[in-house]
Amino acid sequence: MYRSAVYDEPLLNELAGSKKEKTKPLDALPRSLQRKENVDIPNLDETQVVRHFHRLSQMNYGIDSGIYPLGSCTMKYNPKICEEIAQWDRFANVHPLQDESTIQGNLQIMFELERMLCEITGMDYFCLQPAAGAQGEFLGMLLTRAYHEFNNDGQRTEVILPDTSHGTNPASVTTAGYNLIEIPSTKDGTVDLDMLEKALSEKTACFMLTNPNTLGIFESEILEISKLVHKAGALLYYDGANINAIMGKTRPGDMGFDIVHLNLHKTFATPHGGGGPGSGPVGVNIKLEKFLPTPRIGKKKDGSYILDYDAPKSIGKIKAYYGNFSVLLKAYIYILMMGKDGLKETSEIAVLNANYMKKKILDSGTYNMPYKELRKHEFVLSCEQLKQEKDIRAMDVAKRLLDHGLHPPTIYFPLIVKEALMIEPTESESKQDLDKYIDTLIKIANEKPEVVKNSPNNTPVKRIDEVGATKNPILTWNMI
Amino acid sequence: MKFIPNSNMKDVMLKEMGLTDIDELFSDIPKKIRIDQLKLSKGLSQQETEQKLRFIANKNKSYHDMPSFLGGGTKPHYIPSVVKSIISRSEFYTAYTPYQSEASQGFLQAMFEYQSMIAELTGMDIANCSLYDGVTAVGEAALMCTRINKKKTFIIPKNICQEKKSVLQNYTEGSEVKIKEISYDAKTGKIDINELKKQIDEDTAGVYMENPNFFGIFEDDIENIRKIVKDAGSLFVVGMDPLSLGIVKSPGEYEADIVLGEGRALGNPMDFGGSTLGIFACKKEFLRQLPGRIIGITKDAEGNRAFCMALQTREQHIRRGRATSNICTNEGLCALAATVYLSWLGNNGLGELSKINFEKGQQLADRITSIAGFEKMFTGSHFNEVVIKCSQDVNKINKKLLKKGVQSGLILDRWYPELKNCMLFGISEVHSDEDVEKLVSLLKEVSHV
Repeated sequence: MYRSAVYDEPLLNELAGSKKEKTKPLDALPRSLQRKENVDIPNLDETQVVRHFHRLSQMNYGIDSGIYPLGSCTMKYNPKICEEIAQWDRFANVHPLQDESTIQGNLQIMFELERMLCEITGMDYFCLQPAAGAQGEFLGMLLTRAYHEFNNDGQRTEVILPDTSHGTNPASVTTAGYNLIEIPSTKDGTVDLDMLEKALSEKTACFMLTNPNTLGIFESEILEISKLVHKAGALLYYDGANINAIMGKTRPGDMGFDIVHLNLHKTFATPHGGGGPGSGPVGVNIKLEKFLPTPRIGKKKDGSYILDYDAPKSIGKIKAYYGNFSVLLKAYIYILMMGKDGLKETSEIAVLNANYMKKKILDSGTYNMPYKELRKHEFVLSCEQLKQEKDIRAMDVAKRLLDHGLHPPTIYFPLIVKEALMIEPTESESKQDLDKYIDTLIKIANEKPEVVKNSPNNTPVKRIDEVGATKNPILTWNMI
Repeated sequence: MKFIPNSNMKDVMLKEMGLTDIDELFSDIPKKIRIDQLKLSKGLSQQETEQKLRFIANKNKSYHDMPSFLGGGTKPHYIPSVVKSIISRSEFYTAYTPYQSEASQGFLQAMFEYQSMIAELTGMDIANCSLYDGVTAVGEAALMCTRINKKKTFIIPKNICQEKKSVLQNYTEGSEVKIKEISYDAKTGKIDINELKKQIDEDTAGVYMENPNFFGIFEDDIENIRKIVKDAGSLFVVGMDPLSLGIVKSPGEYEADIVLGEGRALGNPMDFGGSTLGIFACKKEFLRQLPGRIIGITKDAEGNRAFCMALQTREQHIRRGRATSNICTNEGLCALAATVYLSWLGNNGLGELSKINFEKGQQLADRITSIAGFEKMFTGSHFNEVVIKCSQDVNKINKKLLKKGVQSGLILDRWYPELKNCMLFGISEVHSDEDVEKLVSLLKEVSHV
């Protein structure tokens, strides 16, 4: 069983370092700009630095430590070969503004990756610039506006999304200046077509949808949804956070989506890095192509690649240079290795693993699962019964899982499930590990409530007072 | 199959579930939209993959193949092995956003240390634990200013990177914020202060200034600028280069309200322009309007010090459509690299590194301008980048240098038509004297044919 190391590791500035030298003034530097105060960063020896961060790493759980079934986060194994290649000199030490003749390898990778993502999603064109899924969504909204304005249809000010949507969806919508219309789901946990039809109007710019949705349910009425949305003159947006469920089975382009974003740091196995860097490429169908950000990657007749800035209708840029290239490179390598069969099997086993876990847990009768039975790559349990009977909440179950050496699922999301445990095992887990997780969840439901509620105890710190961090914010070592 | 341990367990699991075919799990996908197969190649083995990538990589030239003197922000920097070693620990790089704080104390503490050091460096009270890059950070700053003071215009210098203008335009398009530009002084290359006075008014939410600016020049008239901005009741937003702050006054010392910048140079490779690290810091009073994630200290159930994400109620996963920003995934690992890098350097190392970059910048300008037909375009004092005006066609010069294996400066007239035949040269601690002499002798050679 996983056990975190436990250190009382001081903060960097609490480590004893050598004396700070006063910066000598530089005559050539304008006097008004000379720094008089030292920067309060300790002067440590390399040995101290290494031990400090080594110890911190040992108090951190990663996908290499074990199962990490955060729903909608697709925490799958990150192949080592991708990490190694990304560090090669001729990838890592290349300047983005070098002459085109000296970056042909990188341009080839981006060009081919765009084509691969088009094939996987059924879209016509891709842009690799967004740094994360949320930025992809934001770009999607900018493209939506550019499209409607181009068609003299700029009065469309509303974006509709279901109440199961990821938190970034509404945030991206409002950041882009659109009004938000949220529609409730049906009792099956899917899009309510009547509600959608009522919400659609000449003011609707776009309908944003995740399919399978955040409950893990495939929106089987997707063709009808697409018809309704397009009949109203709006665009259909695909949040690709959950595409690990359907690769090689179906494609958003075939479902009628106009704009798609993918999270390469989810489905395409690039690491999350404790929060980033990520990559959120955006695909569009042909009617939106001319609005895509610049530069586009072009291929000339002689086989050489170019950065093409000649796009008068383009919305311009949303991020520095061409996106997070190191992440793009790792995803490219992953797709090359998996190939068509590997990606298909990835989705098949991701869905198999989720449904296997779901069935075994539901059979135990300890947790319940509102909404439709068949799920894709993830499923959402409710601890409501445990809460009623034993006062055990989703938060308690999550913390108790840590005591058993397992990373908890996403909790309290989607909002329409009370006391939600949102579980996405991915294809990376073995049956043995799934069984262990299932058994542990069942075991926790049968443990004494006070044990569960007083967890975790096998972690470097006991349960954390998160409210306290907000009530009395201590955000730097100077604020202590 | 690779990376799929249950590849051979499919039948066993299906049987236990009372199913016979895996396709039963996909029965909810309408037949009309199902596909049989993706039109992609067959998967490659790891060995084949490595060979293929080696072949592709060899179509690139790295800094080590070809010294580069491109300015414009991105430059090669030395990355100590310590940084690479620590960020390669998979406890860090394979972790998710630290939602479960008890299992993420290591990363959380490192991010707290990052915030602390960025606050120290910039002279601000607080910092978030990263935005995407220094470019989107300007967009977030503009939106943050109007959230704070409800005013509607945001002033930027004309001489910021063209990409920033485009990104800023896109970030503010959905808001009521209008962007105004102020020109630079044609002689000094610094902000035209009279222009600033003319443009600023009571509706100015914020004024953005870079120090050093895009031309590598220090805005040393900061007292004046600060006074104009504050008198108008606007917020003072400063873009900085973290590597300059070992010798240069922190923006906090001249009363900036928000400080931002690109932090890639702190321990991260160029990576063809990404990954990047958006630094974002501000005064404490604006905490509730800060975009992005922030880590705080709190206590655990036994009263011990513990770390967790703080003020999550600003963020999209709680506040949804009313969040301060839509950002979720950020640049965590790049921030970790910056943390290790800064702690490896320490105060003394940072001071020394800033000094080296400054001195190399002066040396580069001196050496290039020693060639007939090359002169400094602006009189303002500069850091490690400098605009050089050439008497000949810079496109031709650059092509010739490229043939000789040197990437010369960044040609500016694509964005600044008035700067015809001007190049922005950049240098850092990794450029050796031999590199500089090679550049100088080649420039001499090709310009005197």
